[in-house]
Amino acid sequence: MDEIIAILKELHPDVDYETNTSLVDDRIIDSFDIISIVAEIDDRLDVQIPAEEIIPENFNSAKALADLVARLEDED
Amino acid sequence: MLFVSYEFIAFTIILFVLYYLLPKKWQWPLLLIASYAFYWFASPYYLIFIGTTTVTAFIAGYLMEKAQDKTDLAIKNAKADGTYSTDLKKSLKAKAKASKWKILLVSMIFNLGILAVTKYTNFVITNINKFLAEGSALKAVDLIIPMGISFYTFQTVGYLIDTYRGTVKAEKNIFKLALFVSFFPQLVQGPISRYGDLSKTLYSEHSFSEKGFTSGLIRILWGYFKKVVIADRIITAVTSLIGDTDLYQGAFVMIAMFFYAFELYCDFTGGIDITIGIAQCLGITVKENFDLPYFSKNIKEYWNRWHITMGSWFTDYIFYPLSVDKNMLKLSKWSREHLGKFWGKRLTVYISAFIVWLATGVWHGAAWNFIVWGLMNFAVIMISQEFEPLYEKFHKKFGFKNKAWYGVFEILRTIFLMSLIRMFDCYRDVPMTFKMVGTMFTKFNVKIFSDGSLLHLGISGADYIVLAAGLVIILCVSIYKYRSKKDIRETLYENPWIWYGAMAFLLIVTLLFGAYGHGYDATQFIYNQF
Repeated sequence: MDEIIAILKELHPDVDYETNTSLVDDRIIDSFDIISIVAEIDDRLDVQIPAEEIIPENFNSAKALADLVARLEDED
Repeated sequence: MLFVSYEFIAFTIILFVLYYLLPKKWQWPLLLIASYAFYWFASPYYLIFIGTTTVTAFIAGYLMEKAQDKTDLAIKNAKADGTYSTDLKKSLKAKAKASKWKILLVSMIFNLGILAVTKYTNFVITNINKFLAEGSALKAVDLIIPMGISFYTFQTVGYLIDTYRGTVKAEKNIFKLALFVSFFPQLVQGPISRYGDLSKTLYSEHSFSEKGFTSGLIRILWGYFKKVVIADRIITAVTSLIGDTDLYQGAFVMIAMFFYAFELYCDFTGGIDITIGIAQCLGITVKENFDLPYFSKNIKEYWNRWHITMGSWFTDYIFYPLSVDKNMLKLSKWSREHLGKFWGKRLTVYISAFIVWLATGVWHGAAWNFIVWGLMNFAVIMISQEFEPLYEKFHKKFGFKNKAWYGVFEILRTIFLMSLIRMFDCYRDVPMTFKMVGTMFTKFNVKIFSDGSLLHLGISGADYIVLAAGLVIILCVSIYKYRSKKDIRETLYENPWIWYGAMAFLLIVTLLFGAYGHGYDATQFIYNQF
């Protein structure tokens, strides 16, 4: 979770990622941010997020993203 | 059968009556018959194309589902007989994915191939001929371009990819899939629906609801108002302005630019209002295609609010898969290590965005002007993306960002930029567009605003009054939605007098002020050609 927040903070430092649950819905992060996040997660955590998992529900909060990463790690 | 025709209105009324009179289980089959009849009226030949797309998508969906089911069963059996292991699961899943991928690829190539051949063959021939001697030039082919082919092909390909990904279950009834592909209100100009969204209400049984039905009717009337009172009126002036490039230069080009922006907005959003309104009358929810696009503060935001279903199609099915592809991630890693932080973070984003905008341009039409238009969008989005940190610094220093006037400035800037890029769509000729836009900055003929020139564009003073009144009404409704975040119909519905009054008002205004008697027939929608 800390690593995920660190990745997100690099993109938009002013956002409170602990509480925000509508990052995509409120257009705080856009498609360019999303692919930067995916590339960073691949690079730092060695987890590959497939295209079908790129849906708002998985990127709306840091927690949702951390859950997704944990699920993908499990599946591996 | 044009949306703006008596035949279409009669067709829709008959459908509404039958839809609610027949037993409910006949509702979706009736819609399928109506959709095929609508298409048959346009041209019986079109049915061959849409039928082929439906049958191939059905078979591909069925085969992908079968491959998945086989794997699921094998995993279940392995668990039951104690041979299960994580490695076995992985290998079975990989096998299923590989066979599903083959099916997806064949079905996509086949269906996109039909689109490519019908729509782009002559574009390719014309461009090859530029390199050939006159005597050996290839002949243009006489091909039928089926109505709405770009829309229904994309919708079908979306269904195939979703089935491949497992986000939706393959449709087991070919007639239901046929209805999804051909649902007539959205055949002409979209929206491009997703199977997962549309199927939720498309096949259900619907009871008549006074609120839902009248709400749909108001939406339809609102669409007709925008289309026939505004778009079909202003098109005369736009056609005159674009038609004579020697006479109409300088400030005239600026007027053409804003008139076209207004025309396209009313034409496209009006058409979508009619589509969504008809669906609503039938109890079916079709995804919104616009969210106040002319209130966007930058081009990126504009593309999140304009033609939303097309934008999200390109994002979900091209941009993301391309960006997270293994090779692209490798390239991303490589660029971070070798090109430094700046390019390391940008290279793959640039490549993916370039491909998406090129595809968006090509999707709009087989012509260079659309390709240049797509790439101009790409350039502006990327430039504004790069300038963002600079803007932030500027805002921190001067504190303009939260000022209302600055918000208005950002909105006007976006409208201007978008309208400017759209001039490629207007003149349909790249060098001519550059030349004409250039005259805006070199020819200062501002006297045209006072010498009566604007009354010689094919529209009279009375027409200008109607257009201005229309603009005020559209602005009021839009500002209401922008500020309150809700559809004005929710408020109107609270009082039945206002509700039915609004309906009567829209009907009367559209009948009285629709551009019917101007010496031209009701025109087809602009987006019908794409």
